[in-house]
Amino acid sequence: MWELIRANKRNSIFLMAVMALVLLALGFVIGMVFIGPEGGLFGVMIATVIWLVLTLISFSSGDQILLAASKAQPVTHDVHPQLFNIVEEMKIAAGLPRMPKVYIINDPAPNAFATGRNPETASVAVTAGLLARLNRDELQGVVAHEISHILHRDILFVTLAGIMLGSIVLLSQVFLRGMFYGSMMGSRRRYSSGSGGGGGAQIIMLVIAIAAAILAPIFAYLLYFALSRRREYLADAGAARLTRYPEGLASALEKIAGDPSPQLATVNKVTAPMYIANPFKRKGQRKLSDLTSTHPPISERIKILRNMSQGASFKEYSKAYTAVTHASSVIPAGAVGLKEDVELRQADAQATKQERREKQIHQVGDIMRRVNQFVFLTCVCGLKLKVPPNFKGDKVKCPRCRKVLDLPRKSQ
Amino acid sequence: MVTALIVIAVILGVFILAVIGIYNALVRLRNQVDNAWSQIDVQLKRRHDLIPNLIETAKGYMKHERETFEAITEARSKAMGASNVAESSKAEGMLGEALSKFMLVVENYPDLKANQNFLALQEELTSTENKISFARQSFNDQVLSFNNKIQMFPSNIIAGMFGFIKRDFFEIEVAAEREVPKVSFS
Repeated sequence: MWELIRANKRNSIFLMAVMALVLLALGFVIGMVFIGPEGGLFGVMIATVIWLVLTLISFSSGDQILLAASKAQPVTHDVHPQLFNIVEEMKIAAGLPRMPKVYIINDPAPNAFATGRNPETASVAVTAGLLARLNRDELQGVVAHEISHILHRDILFVTLAGIMLGSIVLLSQVFLRGMFYGSMMGSRRRYSSGSGGGGGAQIIMLVIAIAAAILAPIFAYLLYFALSRRREYLADAGAARLTRYPEGLASALEKIAGDPSPQLATVNKVTAPMYIANPFKRKGQRKLSDLTSTHPPISERIKILRNMSQGASFKEYSKAYTAVTHASSVIPAGAVGLKEDVELRQADAQATKQERREKQIHQVGDIMRRVNQFVFLTCVCGLKLKVPPNFKGDKVKCPRCRKVLDLPRKSQ
Repeated sequence: MVTALIVIAVILGVFILAVIGIYNALVRLRNQVDNAWSQIDVQLKRRHDLIPNLIETAKGYMKHERETFEAITEARSKAMGASNVAESSKAEGMLGEALSKFMLVVENYPDLKANQNFLALQEELTSTENKISFARQSFNDQVLSFNNKIQMFPSNIIAGMFGFIKRDFFEIEVAAEREVPKVSFS
């Protein structure tokens, strides 16, 4: 677990450095254009000041503003004992130094988020819609996902990266608008004040600056979103490891994805990465939004969790991730290499009373089918296919995810 | 001559700082292990405190389950009176087993399950059982990283010098309790 946190820290520092470089380069180029060849340093200073101011604002106000903005109400053990108990269970499992504050948001859309820059001052907030729909195991999965965000220091990361992103966007906006109005008023002064004969270089500089001002925010956005998606996978892996029960989170995500209620009333683009599922409801255009989304596709997250059949370690999650997405691992190598003995546990007895009865009926049915020489196949999406003995052909299509599976030779 | 001395001093300084850093990391990890262990005790104590209340509430409804209650009370008093770790973990295992048997029996008493007071207690008991197992899980996590640190180079040298000893993992004593999670594989 600590290996993962360390790797996260390294990644964050690297990302911050890249973004800081982009910010400073942008400041440098813009300064060159406005003031001339000596203005580069001045531009760098302006960029640093913008960054400092934004950092101060967000660190002094911080999570309290976020909680207030989403109209979260603090609750105690008496108000919702189960939620409170589950948060405490996950706090113990994660070994957090202090119990996070628990909040409920009165909103029918099922969602949850965590805030707090370090584990000592963390908060977990869930919506009323979430509490109404999930059983104990599912709620535990969601809370574990949020606690993993806290444990992995993702909130600090999102805040810092958000500030950097904000500075880059702000600087380029100011520059582009300045250029636009500047050219409208036809201020020739700027060009003539430059060193004589440097006109050609000045124009090239200008073109570079405009290109940088347009491209830098896009680059920063894509970097930010890619890392935010990665952190969602990591938090899912952490949740599976804390609860030893990936199915809880998987079925919670399924319920959240299939929920018809309208999107959260109090949400904006800045706070979006902290929620368990993207609080913005998508409308069509899936491929493009995949690149610019703060969250991975929920169906993929469910498939990965359902694919963890051997255990709940990071290694197992990494294996499941590769099986589903065909990409290399999301988990840093240090955490995958750990020799951990992490067995899956059983579903909570009370939470699944109804489901247990259904499961028993299923199991009886499976036994009967096995007797009748049915072939059993498990698809990567987690669906169990039962192929009758008189089925012709050697390929079968999964009815849930439409993947074509090979049928093993019948031993006869 | 002077430069050579400075170089030696710098190298020595870096070396001492590294030793201090590793030593502090070891102490921090050891404290985390101890803290995780005390968390288990806190939760076990909570379970002991819950039981009288639970039995008091359930007794009126469950007239024919005297043996179940007796098993719980006996295991509880044994667990509370345990003098060493081995004894206590055995008794706690028995108590956990008795309680899970009780929870199964409760299914046969719909009146009891409709009682709000009992429902609240049941949630507390479920949560306490979870907290115990999560505390054990967390303890084993901490022991793993402590033991890793002790065995790995270069911290193993400093661990040896200052007498940091490997810790044992928590393992469940009662066979029945160990078998429970395996049901999910069938």
